[in-house]
Parts: sequence; C-alpha cells; structure tokens
Amino acid sequence: MSPILEISDLSVVYRTPGGDVRAVERVNLELNPGEVVGLCGESGSGKSTLAYGATRLLRPPALVTGGSVRYSGRRITSGGAPVDLLTMNHHELRRMRWREIAIVFQSAMNALNPVLRIHAQLLDAVQAHLKLPRAEAHEKVAELLDLVGIPRNRLRSYPHELSGGMRQRVMIAMALATDPEVVIMDEPTTALDVVVQRDILAQIVELKERLGFAIMFITHDLSLLLELADRIAVMYAGRLLETGAAQDLMRDPAHPYTRGLLNSFPSLHGARRELAGIPGSPPDLRDPRPGCPFMPRCGFAVPACSAVDMALEPWNAAQGGTTQLLDSAHLTACPIVTPEVSQEGVLS
Amino acid sequence: MSGPIGGVPASGQPGGLPGSLEPNSEAPVSDASAAPAVNADAEQVGEAAVVESVAAARGPLMLEAVGLGKDFKLGRGAVLHAVRNVSFGLYQGAVVALVGESGSGKSTVAKLLAGQERRTHGTITLEGKPVEIHGGGAFRRYKRQVQYVFQDPFGSLNPVHTVGYHLTRPVKLHQPEVKDARKAVMALLEQVRLTPADQFVGKYPHELSGGQRQRVSFARGLAARPTVLLADEPVSMLDVSIRLEMLNLLDDLRKRLSLALLYITHDIASARYFADEVLVMYGGQIVERGPAEDVTQRPAHPYTQLLIASAPDPDNLGSVLKSANVATGGGAGRAGTVKSSTGGPAPTGCPFSNRCPLAEDKCKQNNPALQLLSSNRAAACWRLDVAAPQLAGGTV
Repeated sequence: MSPILEISDLSVVYRTPGGDVRAVERVNLELNPGEVVGLCGESGSGKSTLAYGATRLLRPPALVTGGSVRYSGRRITSGGAPVDLLTMNHHELRRMRWREIAIVFQSAMNALNPVLRIHAQLLDAVQAHLKLPRAEAHEKVAELLDLVGIPRNRLRSYPHELSGGMRQRVMIAMALATDPEVVIMDEPTTALDVVVQRDILAQIVELKERLGFAIMFITHDLSLLLELADRIAVMYAGRLLETGAAQDLMRDPAHPYTRGLLNSFPSLHGARRELAGIPGSPPDLRDPRPGCPFMPRCGFAVPACSAVDMALEPWNAAQGGTTQLLDSAHLTACPIVTPEVSQEGVLS
Repeated sequence: MSGPIGGVPASGQPGGLPGSLEPNSEAPVSDASAAPAVNADAEQVGEAAVVESVAAARGPLMLEAVGLGKDFKLGRGAVLHAVRNVSFGLYQGAVVALVGESGSGKSTVAKLLAGQERRTHGTITLEGKPVEIHGGGAFRRYKRQVQYVFQDPFGSLNPVHTVGYHLTRPVKLHQPEVKDARKAVMALLEQVRLTPADQFVGKYPHELSGGQRQRVSFARGLAARPTVLLADEPVSMLDVSIRLEMLNLLDDLRKRLSLALLYITHDIASARYFADEVLVMYGGQIVERGPAEDVTQRPAHPYTQLLIASAPDPDNLGSVLKSANVATGGGAGRAGTVKSSTGGPAPTGCPFSNRCPLAEDKCKQNNPALQLLSSNRAAACWRLDVAAPQLAGGTV
C-alpha cells in the first residue's frame, strides 16, 4: 500500500535573536490510507510543529528549511504523481486544506469562536470548501452534528453552552465537514476527563472506519497511543527516535527513551511494578549537541553516542526479519542499544 | 491513636442550614463539565458507615474532616452543593488520594481543608482541636501547619520575582525565629533537589522548566514547615517523563518530613501507586473509599468501575479502540450503556444515577450513604449486590 502522506527529511526552525531553534530536524514519517499513526512526545519536542510544518500552517518566525511532503489522495492525483505540499502555490494549497487534509486543533475551548453559534461556525467551514446550495449546506451541517452524536437542537448553542466533550465533538465534526482523507488531531482529548476521552476516542475510531480517513494523532500520552494507534512515532527534541507498530513498541521497545517512557506511567492492571521514570529534563534546542539529543538523560550512554547521525535504522533486522517491508518495520535511531546488546542483559 | 473516621449519620443532619435556600428545580443546561448537581435533596438515606482508614496504620491522625459540606449560592434561590457530607482523615506519613473528574468537588474539598473557602457544614479538626478560622493570626497559625500546593506551576509563581523571593517570604513569615533566611532557603532548595541551590535562587520562573517550577512550589509549601500538605493535581500539568520523578520526590518528602499528604488527582492509576487510601468522588460526595490496591483492582461502585475501565490501558492490545477491532456501522466501542457526558450529576437521588447502567427507581429518588464492604472499605450505592456481588455479599 502506498502512503497517502509522506513526510521526507522535513526540517523546521524558529528564527530567534538568540539563534535558530531547530524544532524539527530531518523527520521522515509516512501515513497510509485508513491508518492511525500516533506521534508521541513531550511538550517542546516538536510534534505539533512537525504537523503544522507539513501542512504549511506555520508563520514566521517558523521556517521550513528543507524536505518534502508528498500527498497522494485519490481526488487530487487520480492515479497520477503525488503532489508536494511544500512547493504548491496558494491556490492549490487552498484546495488541499480541509478538503484533503483537515486538522482538529488542540484545546477546543479556544479554537471555537465564542461569539458565534455552532451552526454558523460549521456552516462557514462547509461553504468555504464545498460548493453547495444553501439548503444543502444547512442540511450538511445538521448531518455533521448527527455524525458526532450531538442533538440537532444544539446547533443554536454558543460554545460556552456546551460541555468540554461536546465542544471537542464539534471540532471533530468541523474537521470532517468536507470528507477529508487525512485528519491531523493535535491533542484532541488532553483536557478531558478519562471517561469522556474514551467515549470520544471510540467515536473517532468508529468514524474513521466508516468514512475511511487516515489519522495522525498527536499526544504526549504514550499509554493512550498504545491502545489506539496502529503505528507509533516517538519524538524527542525535534527528532524521531523510534517508529514501529504499537504492539512491537510495547513488547520490544528499542530506544532507551521509549523504554523510559514505558516505565514512566503507572498501570492500573496487572501486578504493581517498579517505575523508574526518566531523570533530567529535555535539552535546549537553541544549542543542539552533536549526536543523540537524549544522551544526557540516557542510562546507557557511551562516548560514541555523540557521533550518532540519528537516522532511523531497522531494529529487529538482526533477528532474521530481513524481508520485512520498510513501512511496517520497527525503526530506531539508536545504533548503540541493539537487540544483541539488549539480549546480553545490559538493559534489563 | 488511629481513631476510625466517623462519618456523621447523614439522616441526623438538618436538611440545610437556616441560611440556605431551597434550590431552584431547573438545572442549568450550560457548562455541564463544571456543574455538580444543583441538588434538591442534599440528604443521604441511611447511616453513613464508619470506615477505618488504612492510612491510620502509618501514623497519628493529623487533620480530620467530618461531614464536610460546601454550598455555593447561585442566585435566584439556587444552591450548588459542591461538596456534601465528606468525612475522612489525613494521617502522619500517609498519602490519601482524592480521585474524581473535573467538577466532582475534589479541589473544593482541598480548599475547605486549607481554609481558603468557608465550609457550610461539618467540622475540621487539626490534631484533635476543632478548627475555626476567622482570618488574621489564627489563619496564619493554621497555614503554618496546613499548606496547599497548586496545580499549575506556570500560574502559581509570580513571573516578576525570583525563586529566592518566593521562598524567603514564607520563611520569614512562618519561621520568624530563623535568623539566616538565605540559609533556610538554600536548605529548602536542596530538599526539593534543585541543586546547586545557589544557581537557582536568583532565577526567575520563566527560566525554569515545568518540573523545576513545580519543585519551587513544593519548596514554598514546605517553607512553613507544615505537618499537612494538600497537593492539588501536582503533576497533571507536567510531561509524562517528569511526572514520576515528581511523585517520587513528593513521596520522599512525605517519608523524610512525616507529612500527612492529600493527593488530588484525576488519574486513578497514579493513585494506585502513590496512595495508601483512595477516596473516589462524584457529584460532590465520596462514592467509594478503601485501600488503594483494593479499590483499583476490585472496584465496587459503578462509577469507580467506569473510571477504571476508561483509563488508557497499554496492555489492552485487543482494545475496542484499535481499528481492527471496531465493528463498522454499529455503535461499537461506545462504553456499554454508560453515557459519558449528560450534563453533570443527577439532580436528585444518587448523583451517578443518570449515567449508571444499573440505576433503578430507588437510585433516582434516594441518595445512598456509604455502606461498609469490609472494615476499611465502603461504597455508596443501592445496587452493590449487583455491581460488586463478591464484595457486598457479606455485609449487605
């Protein structure tokens, strides 16, 4: 299956008087049709910058300094060559946005306009991107609310009259207004209670199955992704450290940072286990150190870590999986901790 | 010294204090997430159980709340019962976790205990002495013993003052006998492991990371040399990789300083690891309490069961959230018959009755009191025989 969205070597910097902050550094990430890819990282790791950089939503001082973002949705390309989001003109970009790639923004509390009714805001999204007669547009808006399970009589509500969960549902409905092929969700459930969160996630997955879009799900909560995502990419200090199928990452984490993360959240089920956490704090991106950015916090750091080029290499290739397809492979940026090292018990 | 916590028999309480007005019958339809019930009957039915706290095994009782209640007047005669008949104790060297969703009243409980809100019902005792705070010197003496740590390390430190300033003030205020305040501040910074301390003392909040700021908040709370620390969601604003370290620090401080700790959280998994006793709040009242491991592994109340079922579980690879496991079309994946957000707790009867899959008429009319499941566990539910048959069997 060819990816619908293919981010290659993307780099983004923030120009500041104190020097460039290298927020995203040579990141490669693919999204296949109908797939849920989880992008996981701490605040400041560049996960939102990556998503917004790839969709050209960043303004100065942010600057995309390199790479390409190829999109091959069926409506745009119809069997032809994929288009590059980073080189297209504004007219083409306008056709892409929302129609092909939609975004559910972080914090629905602030993303909705407080002085407009829900109906007006949904209608705005529909009319801006779809050429529909008035009556049909109104009907479409009502259908969108049905889609996310909000009663139609809420159309005349203002955002403050809705609960946090409902507002988030409205945001999701808005993103789905034009039947996009890729939906980027930036921490869509972070401010919600666990019960509401679970309900919304279940709804997202159900809608995804029904409508067939692909999801890039951005969050800091790895435990959530392990349950939700098909594939997970772990980001740290602007770099991808590890990508792989959720169950591979869970059962056999490759990078020490991923191992640290997995050992950081208390679990509710199963036996109580000792939790270690990760000592230290994330690095300053203004002054990147050579090699692996995780080195100062890593328990397995060796001098060679400062010469690591951070390219993602197959993790389990050494275990006989030589014929694995690249898109399903388990990749890690850490060449120091290899499966052999792991088996010697160094990391146990 | 380990007195059992007496819940006040709710039926013996007056329906409302003379000052409180009859509530308006219509619940606000607006912001549901922040609305504990505007509840017509604050009264619970039946005798509230007397529960022995597991936390009592750690040390003597420091701070106790009995029948604590807080009503907010909403205008037009409506009253919001934010906290109703909450009774529990904090013991030296022990952690009690208060778990619940936003709007369940858990922060209000902490503010009542901290003396920042005036309670409308119930009593608070500190080391056996009833607490009556009317501001001034008494309030300061109380604060010397009971300190509050805020949730948001970004909002709770003044951006124009240095770390040193934030810590020197409480030291001077609460420890007037200390001659060398700077030395005391250094000791505080070392205590929360902001080392080397002389590097941090002159820094401004914006120069610190979230974790470091929260450490300053802890140090500020400890500057008064309290015996009780009320930590209101101390790690929820921090990154996952930092959280554990902060909880370990808090645990370490509890041990070294013999603090009685109240840990407020919405993350019941962290309560399992960190707390001795867990109190689950819903709609302003405690719906279940008991030893942390028991409550999280064998939840009795339907709400606790829902809370635990909803927490992300990485081991759950067959999750309904995985696209491969979702049956298309039907309402698969929706959490059973439980409605997630229906406009807050029920206005009458059991606060959970409008979301509870087991609710029957009785639940909608009468509010159950806590019933004992064992000597140290209790739950407030009419249908415990169905919700938790193996637990309820012996006592109900």
